[in-house]
Parts: sequence; C-alpha cells; structure tokens
Amino acid sequence: MTFLPSFRNLVRALAVSATAAGALLGGHNPAAAVEIQYWQYVFDTRVQAMTEVIKTFEAENPGITVKQVTFPYADYQTRLIAARAAGRSPEVMQLFYGWLDTFISGRLVQPLSPTAFKAEEIEKEFFPIVSAMKRDGKYFGLPTAVRSMALFYNKDMFAKAGLDPEKPPRTIEELVAAGKAMTKLDNAGNFTQVGMALDIARQDHNWWREILVRQYGGESYSPDGAKVAYNTEAGRKALQFYVDLQKVHKIGREGFMDEGQAAFRAGLAGMVVDGTFRIASYKTIKNFTWGVVELPTVNGNKANFGSYFANAISAGATGEKLAAAEKFLAFVSSPKAMNIWLEKVGELPARRAVALTDANVNDPVYGPFIRALDYSSTPPMTDELAQRQVSIDLINTVLLKDTPIADALKVAAEREQAVLDKAKAK
Amino acid sequence: MAHTNITGSSGVFGRLWGRLSLSSRQVVWAWTFLALPLVFFAVVRFYPTIDAFFLSITDWDLLNPAKFIGLENYHRLFADPVFWQVFRNTFAYLILGTPISIVLSFAIAYYLDRVVFLHGFIRALYFLPYLTTAAAMAWVWRWFYQPPPIGVINSTLSIFGIPAQPFLRSIEQALPAIMTTSIWAHLGFQIIIFLAGLRAIPTSYYEAARVDGLGEGAILTRITIPLLKPTTVFLVVFSSIGFLRIFDQVYNMTSNDPGGPLNSTKPLVLMIYQTAFGSYQMGYAAAQTVVLFVILFTISMAQLWILRNR
Repeated sequence: MTFLPSFRNLVRALAVSATAAGALLGGHNPAAAVEIQYWQYVFDTRVQAMTEVIKTFEAENPGITVKQVTFPYADYQTRLIAARAAGRSPEVMQLFYGWLDTFISGRLVQPLSPTAFKAEEIEKEFFPIVSAMKRDGKYFGLPTAVRSMALFYNKDMFAKAGLDPEKPPRTIEELVAAGKAMTKLDNAGNFTQVGMALDIARQDHNWWREILVRQYGGESYSPDGAKVAYNTEAGRKALQFYVDLQKVHKIGREGFMDEGQAAFRAGLAGMVVDGTFRIASYKTIKNFTWGVVELPTVNGNKANFGSYFANAISAGATGEKLAAAEKFLAFVSSPKAMNIWLEKVGELPARRAVALTDANVNDPVYGPFIRALDYSSTPPMTDELAQRQVSIDLINTVLLKDTPIADALKVAAEREQAVLDKAKAK
Repeated sequence: MAHTNITGSSGVFGRLWGRLSLSSRQVVWAWTFLALPLVFFAVVRFYPTIDAFFLSITDWDLLNPAKFIGLENYHRLFADPVFWQVFRNTFAYLILGTPISIVLSFAIAYYLDRVVFLHGFIRALYFLPYLTTAAAMAWVWRWFYQPPPIGVINSTLSIFGIPAQPFLRSIEQALPAIMTTSIWAHLGFQIIIFLAGLRAIPTSYYEAARVDGLGEGAILTRITIPLLKPTTVFLVVFSSIGFLRIFDQVYNMTSNDPGGPLNSTKPLVLMIYQTAFGSYQMGYAAAQTVVLFVILFTISMAQLWILRNR
C-alpha cells in the first residue's frame, strides 16, 4: 500500500506550505525567545481579547512569545486536522468540547500534566461543566469562558406593543403571548415584524434539544451520553411547542430576514434565544434598547445548556515548547484572562469565584446567563455538525413536509443514534 | 581533463542539434516548454485522481492509517438514501440547466448578432455576471429570494398581487431557484461563444440562400444551426460538466443548512465536500468522487458521440 503514505505526504506538503505561508505573514520574533503558536477561529471580539491576553502574558513571561493564528470557523477544524497530518500542530489550540473525542483518537491533543493542573483544584474552582474535558481521570483542556443561553428581547418593541418592557416573559405561555402582541403582518399575510426570531441552524437546535426537552420532563441523552433519549412524550411535547410557534401561534418564521440574529439586530424581531457570545455584538446596537432574561420556564421547570471552547495542548509539544505551552494555558485559564474575556467577548468566566461576584450576578446583561449556569447541563457531543444537522432536518420535515411529530422525532432519534454509534465504534 | 570532457560532450550535443532540421528543433523546443505544465498536471491532477481510486477502497479518515476495506464504501453509498436524493438533484441541475441555458444563450446571441446599436454595451452587460465571483453573486441572489419584507423578488410579486413564494425555504422551489442563478451566471460566456460561432459562418451562404428565396426560418434551421454544431457541441459538453460540478451557488445560497432544506438542493460535489471536510471520511468521500468521475466521463463521452460529425 505504498500509495497511501505518499498521498499523505502530498497532503502534508500542502499543509506545511499553508502553515508556512501563515507563519511568513506573522513576521519575525527575537531569536532567543521560545515561540509557541495559538490557534483559534475568527470572531472579532475573541481575537481582540486573545491579543490582549497574549500581550499581558508576554509582559509577564519575557522568554516566551505567542503567535496567534486564526482561521474562519468553517475551516477551523479542518485546518487543525490538516496541520496534525503535517506534523505542524500549534502548541496550544482552542477546541469545542464536543470535538474532544475526535481529537484524542486522532492524537491531536495530550492530557494536561497532573502536577501543573491538579484535578481536585480544577474541580473545586471551575464550574462542573469542565468535566466534559475529562477522560479516564485526565483533563485534556481547560476553558477560559463558558457559555449559556438566555432570551434577548427588544424593549422598544415591547413598549410599542403595550407590554411592560421591564416585565419580560418568565414562562413559555408568557413568551407566546408577548410574541403574538409584537407580530405584525401585511395585507397579504406576510410578516413585516416577528414576535420572535426562529433560527434552527443557530441556537434554536440547542434550545429545543438540550433545554425544552428537559423542561418538559425528559432527557436529551442518557447519562453516559451513549444513547439518544428524546424520543419520548417529553420530546414530542417539546418539539410540538417549538414548531407550533411557527405553525399555530405564528409569532415567527424560519428564514425571516435570513438569520435570526439579523432580524433581532434590525429591530424586526421582538425576541430571540441566543448565547453569551452574542452579547458583544448586540452591544453595538444603537437604534433600540434591549434586555436579557433567563429562558422561560415550562411548568416551572428551568433548564439551560452550558457549552464552551476549551484550550488544549498539542500532542506533539515537547521540551521547552511544552513548558511554554503549559505556562500559557495556565495563564489563559487564570482569573486575569477570564476578566479580559468577559469584558471583551462577554463570555462568562469558567472559574466560579471569578464569575459569581455580586457585580456579575446582579449585572442586567450577564446576570441571567450566570444564574443559568447553576442549572445548566453539558451533554456529551461526538459530532456536533452531524448532530445539529439531525435537528435542522427534524424541524424542516415537520415544517415543510407536515410529517407528524411522532414520526419525525423517531426518525431523528434513529439518525442521531447512528451518529453516536459511529463515533463510539472508533 | 574535466574541461575537455565538457567541451567534448557539448560538442557532441552541438553536432546532434546541428543535424536536426528546423522543424525538428521547433518540436524539441515546444516539448521542452510543454513539459512544465505536463509535469504540473501529472502531479497535481492525474496523480491524485488515480490515487482517489485507491483511497476509495480504504477507510482513511485523515487521522489514522488507512485500512483496506474492499468495496464497503460503495455498498454503503448505494444503500444511502441521501446519495440517491443527491444523485437525482445532480441530474436535475444537468437535465434542466443545460438545455435551458443553451437555448436561452443561443436565442440571445442570435438576436444580439443583429443588433448594431449599443451591441458592445449589451454584450458586456450579458458578460458581466461571468466576471463576478460566484460567492458574491450567490449571496446577492440569496437576498433577492428572501421572504418579505426584504426580498426584491417577493416585493415585486406583491406589487402584482401574487402571494409571496418561499423560494430557498421550499423543498420544491429551492433547486430551480439556485439553478436559475447558475444559468444566469454562465449565460454571458455561452453568448460570447455563440456570437463567435455565428460570426464565423460566411455571409455568402446567407446571401446565396436569400437569392434562392429561402425564408428566415429555413435559413436558421438549414444553415445557421447545422453550421453552429461544433460550437453547440462544445457548449453542451462544457455546460453539462459545469452543472454536474455545481457547488458554489448551492453552498453560498444555503449556507445555514448547506444543500438544504432536507437535502433538496444538495449536489454530489457538496456531498463529497461534507463527507471529506465535515466528517473527515476521506475513503468514503473518495468513493463518491469516483462515482462522480464515472458519471462525468460517461456523459461527456456520450455527448461527444451523439453530437459527432457523421
């Protein structure tokens, strides 16, 4: 099978030239310093925050320079894998917690040294959702920030519709009522303004699968994450509620203004479910005031979805580069870096002590997200892209093909189970 | 010693070169220059193509060493309902797109050929989309197709009292909507080629036909269309390959749910892309490219054979 290594060599050569081109653009650093690379995907505020974190780190550690390299999100995972194939992984990389199994099986990342990063300390100081980075008692990475979800609402639209802008919906019944009050149609029955932006490809798939299902009394996955658990009465009720927002209550429509967040920004959607990462972007909105509130409850039940991008050390890092990478990883997981991240990106600090300050908990914007971390869950994910696609297709079969809820849900659960089984088989 | 050797050998070379005729020397030069692109093509095009056949019988996932698994990828592919949906979509782009674009571009070229006033300007207008980046164009069209209140097409429909159409959000309309964009994008190129073909037909044929009293319709079917055959064959093959490989428009117009809704617009190339760079199943993706290769090869050969000169 001589052709295989040779093809891999070709890929390797291409990847090397790609990383070399990236390196050339970065310019030179003093020869004496140890240089390590840090990779993350392009998202303006995250890149700015990391630039500042790196500046602070370099000032405190004169012997180390860190070069930040970024790629568009759509390419990001592919770049990491291609770089691994080329033997040119960055020393420290950012990864979504749901990618960890793939990255371990592909030998992209190495476990954190148990002396430099003590498990008991991590478990005491970080929110419990970091356990998603733990395999066989070893941590493979740590997050700077964690994410949760909440309901953003347009206070001006609330006021115009005769609703109290200081009393946002607390329950799903109130959500539907507020949505109806804000929805506007033209003579032909087309939406000119929606009560709620609905966008299954963005955050609504998490809202449905991780949050509504559990609020209706069900579970999204089995505790070990190996089995899909939403094909139940609770799952059917949750799905029914979500599609009824469009089919029965008609407070919004998939595809309105192309993207849910665009509709909200434009002031044409009264509410939208979104994550902490959207805060910085919404803070630039000038033509209306908005607020955030914890996600509406179902029969008094609260639930939320916590997720995060963690930072991990490349499997190939050794010697002084490994030592530098460990120092850098410790710094990006430090309270100092977390505060920079909170301020620049708006994502919640992953350490309890940094997150749960009085100022943060009572903050009108961060408060609802931080309070939600107490009842958030972080289900194990194996193939985020494929699992998300299952939810997108599920909603579309009901909306576009009028497939009965129970049938659509059964097919989706089987499809997602196949995704989980395939990942476990590796 | 070395010195004499070099002059000696160059002397031999010089004598050999001197013995070649002028035309042989030109051939040698031509091959020397051609060797560069040939080597490039061999390394960058042909070698990976051949390698893809081998990869398609392995389970390579970019991270772990490849294992030989026989025809398992092909069995899996032919048993996958999504593959057959994608297969139908790909042929829908081809079977609808190619004839529509050929007929349309011929009709435009045929009449444009007779327009003298602003001829160059109109031709440039038709050609302009071809120069535009596919991604930029796809995004503009994506916004054209939006539901009210922002979609231009739906706003226009509403002026005439026609209800808003879902376009990209419909499993029936999304594929034709994307195909329209693609036809529009390539129309300019086809018009230019047809215009060149029309200009290449000697005017004396037309004059003779008019002297003999042939009507316009007869001139079109007896002279213009038959003499345009080489042009038409080229464009049919070219446009078929284009539609079989359609990707940019689909990916950019449906990037919230690529190839959606419910795979209704997904062409084979997008499926290959997602298999390879979304789930990193390189072996399985290679099997899909082999299938695409076979389809492209068969169709191109069949078209060349059907439209050949008898």
